[in-house]
Amino acid sequence: MSVGPVEFDLARDLFPLAAGVLAALGCGLLGNFLVLRRLSLMGDAISHSVLPGLVIAFLVTSSRGSLAMFIGATVAGLATVVLVEAVKRLGRVESGAAMGVVFSVLFALGVLLIEVASARGVDLDADCVLHGQLETLVWFSAPDHLSDVALGDLLRAVPQEVTTLGIMVVVVLAFLGLFFKELRIAAFDPALSTTQGFHAGIMHYALMVLVAFATVASFEAVGSILVIAMLICPASTARLLTDRLRTQVWLSAAIAVLTASGGYIAAAAVPGIWGKEEVNAAGSMSVFAGLLLAIAVVFSSRHGVVVRRLRQRRLARAVVREDLLATLYRASESGRPGTAITTLSEGRAPRLVRAAMRVSERRGDVRVADGRVVLTDRGRRVAKALIRRHRLWEHYLVDEAGLPPDHVHGTAELLEHLETLPPEGPQVDPHGREIPGDG
Amino acid sequence: MLGTLASAGGGVTVGEIVETLLLRTGFNTRMVIAGTTLLGIASGVVGAFAMLRKRSLMTDALSHATLPGIALAFLFAPVFGLASRSLAVLLIGATVTGVLGVLCVQAILRLTRLQEDAAIGIVLSVFFGAGVVALSYVQVNAPSGSAGLNAFIFGQAATMQARDVMLMAVLASGALIASIALFKEFTLVCFNDSFARVDGWPVSAIDLAMMAMVVLVTVAGLQAVGLILVVALLIVPPVAARFWTERLWLLVVLSALFGGASGYLGAAISALLPRMPAGAVIVLTAGVAFGVSMLFAPSRGVVAGALRRLRLRLRIASDHVLEAAHDAGADRIERVTMREIADLHGWSAWFAWVVRRWLIGARMATGTRDGIVLQERGRRRGRQVSRNHALWEQYLVSYADIAPSHVDWSVDLVEHVLSEELIRDLEKKLAQRGEALPSGSGVTA
Amino acid sequence: MKRRTKASAAAGSGQSNLAELPEHSSDSPLSIHAMTVAYDKKPVLWDVDYDAPRNRLIAIVGPNGAGKSTLIKACLGLVSRASGEVEFWGENYREVRSRIGYVPQRESVDWDFPVSALDVVCMGRYRRIGWCRPVSKRHRQVSLECLERVGMRDYANRQISQLSGGQQQRVFLARALAQEAELYFMDEPFAGVDAATERAIVEVLRELKSRGKTVIVVHHDLQTVPEYFDDVILLNMRVVASGPVEDVFTRDNLHKTYGGRLTLLSEAAEAVARAASGRK
Repeated sequence: MSVGPVEFDLARDLFPLAAGVLAALGCGLLGNFLVLRRLSLMGDAISHSVLPGLVIAFLVTSSRGSLAMFIGATVAGLATVVLVEAVKRLGRVESGAAMGVVFSVLFALGVLLIEVASARGVDLDADCVLHGQLETLVWFSAPDHLSDVALGDLLRAVPQEVTTLGIMVVVVLAFLGLFFKELRIAAFDPALSTTQGFHAGIMHYALMVLVAFATVASFEAVGSILVIAMLICPASTARLLTDRLRTQVWLSAAIAVLTASGGYIAAAAVPGIWGKEEVNAAGSMSVFAGLLLAIAVVFSSRHGVVVRRLRQRRLARAVVREDLLATLYRASESGRPGTAITTLSEGRAPRLVRAAMRVSERRGDVRVADGRVVLTDRGRRVAKALIRRHRLWEHYLVDEAGLPPDHVHGTAELLEHLETLPPEGPQVDPHGREIPGDG
Repeated sequence: MLGTLASAGGGVTVGEIVETLLLRTGFNTRMVIAGTTLLGIASGVVGAFAMLRKRSLMTDALSHATLPGIALAFLFAPVFGLASRSLAVLLIGATVTGVLGVLCVQAILRLTRLQEDAAIGIVLSVFFGAGVVALSYVQVNAPSGSAGLNAFIFGQAATMQARDVMLMAVLASGALIASIALFKEFTLVCFNDSFARVDGWPVSAIDLAMMAMVVLVTVAGLQAVGLILVVALLIVPPVAARFWTERLWLLVVLSALFGGASGYLGAAISALLPRMPAGAVIVLTAGVAFGVSMLFAPSRGVVAGALRRLRLRLRIASDHVLEAAHDAGADRIERVTMREIADLHGWSAWFAWVVRRWLIGARMATGTRDGIVLQERGRRRGRQVSRNHALWEQYLVSYADIAPSHVDWSVDLVEHVLSEELIRDLEKKLAQRGEALPSGSGVTA
Repeated sequence: MKRRTKASAAAGSGQSNLAELPEHSSDSPLSIHAMTVAYDKKPVLWDVDYDAPRNRLIAIVGPNGAGKSTLIKACLGLVSRASGEVEFWGENYREVRSRIGYVPQRESVDWDFPVSALDVVCMGRYRRIGWCRPVSKRHRQVSLECLERVGMRDYANRQISQLSGGQQQRVFLARALAQEAELYFMDEPFAGVDAATERAIVEVLRELKSRGKTVIVVHHDLQTVPEYFDDVILLNMRVVASGPVEDVFTRDNLHKTYGGRLTLLSEAAEAVARAASGRK
């Protein structure tokens, strides 16, 4: 099986990919609530400061991958949460600085302890804590083809890291499924949540326990930097794409899976283009997560940079076009059937006027003959509706909002281009001109 | 900690410790210790402003974002005809991507609705991920001489050359001097940026200068402390210093002191004992300074604060007792009455006992077998409290439109908050209004 | 969009006093022309035209969300304007900054900041001191005098978090005095202060007026408007009316400003009655 220029090799790729996807999924789902509650950096702090817990457990039990190590790291993660709270509250320290103090000191402790451990001839590597060791999850006795895989063999071969990650994802899914409502209300309004009987503090700690759990389960395989990336990036990307929490959670899950698999493939595929060796897969996944986020920032249909630009431009053009039609209509009201293009261009950018004229002509709103512009019947109808909106707004602003009459034209000019209709009004505007009928 | 120190450094004599601390060691070690001390001082000063501007964690994003720059500088230096192992070249690369990271945080904040914490987390993890990718690429595809690059993550002070230390010292002192020169401007922007803008100061430029100082210190500390822990030097000393003082210049001086001491002790211990990474030891030293400050600092420390609260509670409680005695016109408070007062205010038996001891200790009363007897001090205090109480009640009713039934509970706290000056002002006001003071107010303190 | 009508201040509000306003806008310390401000898509201020008369105490009043603070901030360039121009003495803001003083809202800063009251007041002198130079004794002396003028000299060395809300406000006022400006903008200086501070602020306002300064104050208490101020701007996303208090501060105008908010109106009616009696 091959993906692009890369061969998918069961022995080499199956378990690393599975580990990456599972870690991304679990962290990505939890990240939604961290990002919403502005706790993103708590994930950062926890994933740094599990290090000493890990090493202490390791020093005590002298074995790797044991349950004790897992417990040690989780305890360290929780201790971080409690310590940050304590420093913030007791020491009156701003939350960013409080996190910075706690996690950097704990991480330093971890680094030191690793050195002490290695002095005793035990091998622990701080580097692998940071970037993980996906590449070591090899299935040595893998068959050559996917179709040859026997379920029993597969299950027996699953490395313990992947099993742990699987359990983590199941727990996270169960937690979100059971407590989605409570999490949402606790994220939105902690005080309301507490008065309704879901204690916001308990939800906070439950969430933090899970974050610690997910971090610990993930980082042995993928490293703590990827854990941070997965806690924050997919949820942030999803947040840019939707306004609904439920949709955001589903989207973040999809983005997390896409990130992990895309990043994994890119790690081998992109250097492969130049015939180079593959690069670190966990790092590549983080970069891929950033890439997806950048795409969302630029192209999102709701809040994207491009869309906003386009919307502004479209509005600006519509404003010029509608202003032109209105000018023509007013001219025809005062008995002049056509207007010279030069008159229309006064005080406007010629480029915009030409473009507006072109569009209006194509739509059949105006006819141009001998440098004079005349409204067609269709154009007259459009302009009439526009003038009606404008004069109704003027009426509204003067009589309801109490603006002085000679002040409202500009404001009405702004409002007439909006979709919202003013309330119904009389036949005559504040300047004594007729308000055209509806249709 | 001490245990690990002892076990790791088995065989170090007191003489050796003193020798190292006094810098009577090899030239290289002496250079490194002096360099990290200077680095600690500079980062203490720069970090104080970062903390006051509430940008502490921005430095975290910045330092993580330096990693891809280091790797890329290593890769591309030969293209520009530079030596790829030169520290200056690597640090220039680090600066470029570090600044890029900060700009990305700002771009995310401006272009999207994501909050600052998410923006920092995104930049931190994505840039570091990119760094890891670049490092792994370098190690596999251009392995010659790339072994030292990993040292930038955790730092490696011991292997620093005199030339490297000089570079670090120059960068750190640059940041230090600039921060002191711009002390006034930084303060203004940190405290009240909108005022600064109206007053004609280029706030964005000053912010930029502040960030530039942070970049300088971070980059300077990369090799000695490592990029993950260098933020600790920027964050921990100022936070520790904040516990001790309310004066800005003192805060900055203390922060520099803590930072410098951490750099000095950390590097010295690391030089002395085998397997003690300088970065970690420096940060842990700063951490100890932080812990001690948070617990024991006299002005904002936790212990001092708890004692202050206890003393206030005791004063309020003893005032309750004295007032009750005054209002009842009694000098002697029986044990039973004391229990009634305690029940009324919800005190535990233990607290009631402490209150009794407090009254006796303050010579307000003397203890007898079945209660206490008020002394002159206590009687006077009782009169005062009762009068204050009445004044406030009157004030609240006539000025703040608070219903009389609500007054009693709020007054108990408030009378202990009032300064004497305010009380005098209040008295005058009441006298002007021609309202008779209620009973118990006849005595003036 | 090009604005086609450029109405002058207070026109059409029924009781304008255009005749009393200076003809040349360069005499006016502040002239706003057709200013519109929008946060995101929502307009906060529409089409504001205003010329401030010289040497007057001017209150900006209006309901919550009327854009009172925004008006000040937009004048000072702290929020960007969607359209319109602002001139000070007929010149661009940049050229005359040194003649403008500012008192921001008290909530806009972190009062747990490690500086003393005197340090804060000295900040008003920084512009005169210039880049990179320390605060000299002379400037410290001026700052102490400013603290004296707001009755806060005894608190000069207090850390600002140990001051009460009113005292903090007075420190801000002292800092503005230290700026030695000619035109002052004050954002809600009376919000949540005690009676002593309110008196102190009013005294300072009167003193500033007697020295020929102009002061523009965002104010929330309708009742005290006639007592404290000479001029008033009634604002509700637009200038409903502006001019001397005795002309503009009428029941009718307040109704236009506050709409149907009856509780406020009853207060306003009381205030109007007092303003009317003051006129006689």
